[in-house]
Amino acid sequence: MLGSSTFRHGVHPPETKQLTESVPVRRMPFPEEIVLPLRQHAGRPARLLVKVGDHVERGDKVAEADGFVSVPIHASAAGTVKGMRLCPHPDGSMAESVVIAVDRYSPQVPRPRIVPRWEGLSPQQVVEEVQKAGVVGLGGAAFPTHVKLLPPEDVPVHTLIINGAECEPYLTTDHRTMVEYPERVQFGSRIMMKALGVEKAVIGVEKNKPDAIARLRATLPDDLDVSVVPLTVKYPQGAEKMLIKAVTGREVPSGKLPMNVGVVVQNVGSIACIGEIFETGYPLIERVVTVTGPGVRKPSNLIVPVGTRLRDVLEFCDGLTEDAAQIVFGGPMMGAAQPDLDTPLIKGTTGVVVLTSEEARSVERYPCIHCGRCLEACPVFLNPSLLGTQAQAGRYEEMEASHLMDCMLCGCCSYVCPSNIPLSQMFALGKNMLRKRKAAA
Amino acid sequence: MSDASPGRGPGAGTYLDSLTEIRLRIAASPHLRSSHSTPRIMWNVVGSLVPILAVATYFFGPSALLVVGAATIGAVGTERLFGHKGSTADGSAVITGLLLGLILPPGFPLWMAFLGGVFGVGFGKLIFGGLGQNVFNPALLGRAFLQAAFPIAITTWPVQPVSWWSLRGDNFALPLMSPGAPDVATGATPLGLMKFEGLSTNTLDLMMGSTAGSIGETAGLLILVCGGYLALRKYLDWRIPLSIFLTVFAFSGLLYLIGPDRFPNPVFMLFSGGLMLGALYMATDLVTSPVTPAGSWIFGIGIGLLVVLIRVWGGLPEGVMYAILFMNALVPFIDRATQPRVFGQPRRKPKGAEA
Repeated sequence: MLGSSTFRHGVHPPETKQLTESVPVRRMPFPEEIVLPLRQHAGRPARLLVKVGDHVERGDKVAEADGFVSVPIHASAAGTVKGMRLCPHPDGSMAESVVIAVDRYSPQVPRPRIVPRWEGLSPQQVVEEVQKAGVVGLGGAAFPTHVKLLPPEDVPVHTLIINGAECEPYLTTDHRTMVEYPERVQFGSRIMMKALGVEKAVIGVEKNKPDAIARLRATLPDDLDVSVVPLTVKYPQGAEKMLIKAVTGREVPSGKLPMNVGVVVQNVGSIACIGEIFETGYPLIERVVTVTGPGVRKPSNLIVPVGTRLRDVLEFCDGLTEDAAQIVFGGPMMGAAQPDLDTPLIKGTTGVVVLTSEEARSVERYPCIHCGRCLEACPVFLNPSLLGTQAQAGRYEEMEASHLMDCMLCGCCSYVCPSNIPLSQMFALGKNMLRKRKAAA
Repeated sequence: MSDASPGRGPGAGTYLDSLTEIRLRIAASPHLRSSHSTPRIMWNVVGSLVPILAVATYFFGPSALLVVGAATIGAVGTERLFGHKGSTADGSAVITGLLLGLILPPGFPLWMAFLGGVFGVGFGKLIFGGLGQNVFNPALLGRAFLQAAFPIAITTWPVQPVSWWSLRGDNFALPLMSPGAPDVATGATPLGLMKFEGLSTNTLDLMMGSTAGSIGETAGLLILVCGGYLALRKYLDWRIPLSIFLTVFAFSGLLYLIGPDRFPNPVFMLFSGGLMLGALYMATDLVTSPVTPAGSWIFGIGIGLLVVLIRVWGGLPEGVMYAILFMNALVPFIDRATQPRVFGQPRRKPKGAEA
């Protein structure tokens, strides 16, 4: 079951990873204040546990999981709970958040904690530990990791696919993780394989990261069937379905999950995070973030405490250049532009990309000339040209018949469109409208 | 899309003035765009027509420039007067005008060429809603109108001018007047000779362009090179001309094998008349051709079949214009029938080879 190491269609935006790809990860100092939104993951927001005035140590739970598809949230620095308020959230909304005034002279050492001995745990217990540590997909979607570890009995899973593609331009978060912490990746995959009960794991890495491929290969454990697959450099190679197609040659059926073709996909950062949990006992309270782009004075790869405000991160990177015009959380293809410097970086924030007025220019829009470039770019073989016409007329039901729900909003169509039609934005709207109508019905 | 609120709050530090003063731009993802743009595609097509016009001027003298100019002024002027504000800048009306001029005879009266440009853009494009909305290729629609309105003028072909400087016909005929008899002798195009007199034309002459014919249709090889450039730059879909050429070659080759004395040879079919220009510049018009790759093949094959049918059995010597216009009308149906299979949907055919 060998794939062709890529998928059909897709686009080749400039990679522009050279700004940070060889910059070692640095730890950034604790800011004065931490903002922890209760909603940092897909699923139900966490339930608040602390009240104003409480003192928390680094790693203490401030909110607990509300149900199975939810994870707890931990204090990423020792300090005093200063308030519970609505703070700007990276998704553009205002979200209820715990604000912690960080202790200025705290050594920031977590309470002594028991490191779970993974050998003795049953798969069920591993899943519980992963949930307790608040682990979510660190590739951006922030889906609770433990949920993917419990496939239903009647769906056999045979392979764990580890996503190290990092196909978004600019970002080097996963790249640096693989180069600097390969042992942690291997250890994490060992635990994940045990939890899933699979014999085989594959790490997919785009070929533009030869040092990561080499480091991972050099640290492969002898007693486990883990392999590294170099992938063609193409966007969106790191999209779950595209990665599965590249590694196994199989298409995940429309509307189904990866486990329907016998695989579970986890981001390499999440895997390393799980390795760390079973190494140190720390929950997910910090993560690697690439702060980059032509608008940042000092592009860096940083270990950032979850909840650090954008302002503090930029400050640590020497601020912005004069022509900085737009700040994006995540990569420039799928990331969200941020209007507010007080927005915190959360568990799912893979990077901060600052674009200049040159790149972020607004472009003139022309009518669709039916050139077909979007059809040749769409990785799921939709007809964005037709969907765009339907979207403009507000014919959402027709969009559904044109398979709108298979669109993953990767942005390839908008990227190639010579008329600069905001196709993926229209499709996001269409998907939302359809969901709302379904919910209302 | 507009500039949004600046980041608020204090936090100004030594080198952080940039953080307090910055005005952040908000837009939906993706935040990167490829360098292609619609005007860039259009002006590249215009640029690739310049060598064709230059060679046409070499063969047909000042008449070529006059006729193409008149058609272009008609097309662009109409776009300017009745089109969306600023829409002349996208270059599409210039393409329509140039192409229309290139498919007219060199001795064509200028007022008629101008009228063709007006009709092509006005009724071929703007009446549908402007760029991107039209069903038929505007240049071909303009020519179809001229063919219906002025059947004699549009089939008068000059041969052997006195000098390069002499006009190839009564270009300056007054509006609503019939053109006077041209100063130069008139003849027939290679397709006319083939159809009505059974005479063949030297293939080399056809390729180089030294035959009678419309202004920009005669230099087959040059058109192939210019169109090939556009295909390489991905400004046109190579599937369409390729499928037209293959179909015309195969179909006329089959006929030629059956009766070499009754039917023209396939190379003659490829390089005569408007096939080259039509296949590379008219059929590939992005707006009026299918968007799906499979649709492009069907579209091209349809045009190829119709061209041979009309040329061999039709009443006219040439059929490229009507073949393309007819297939233009079918494009919405072709597109609907050739929607790609969506990722993760079952294949219609039982387990085909991995594409």
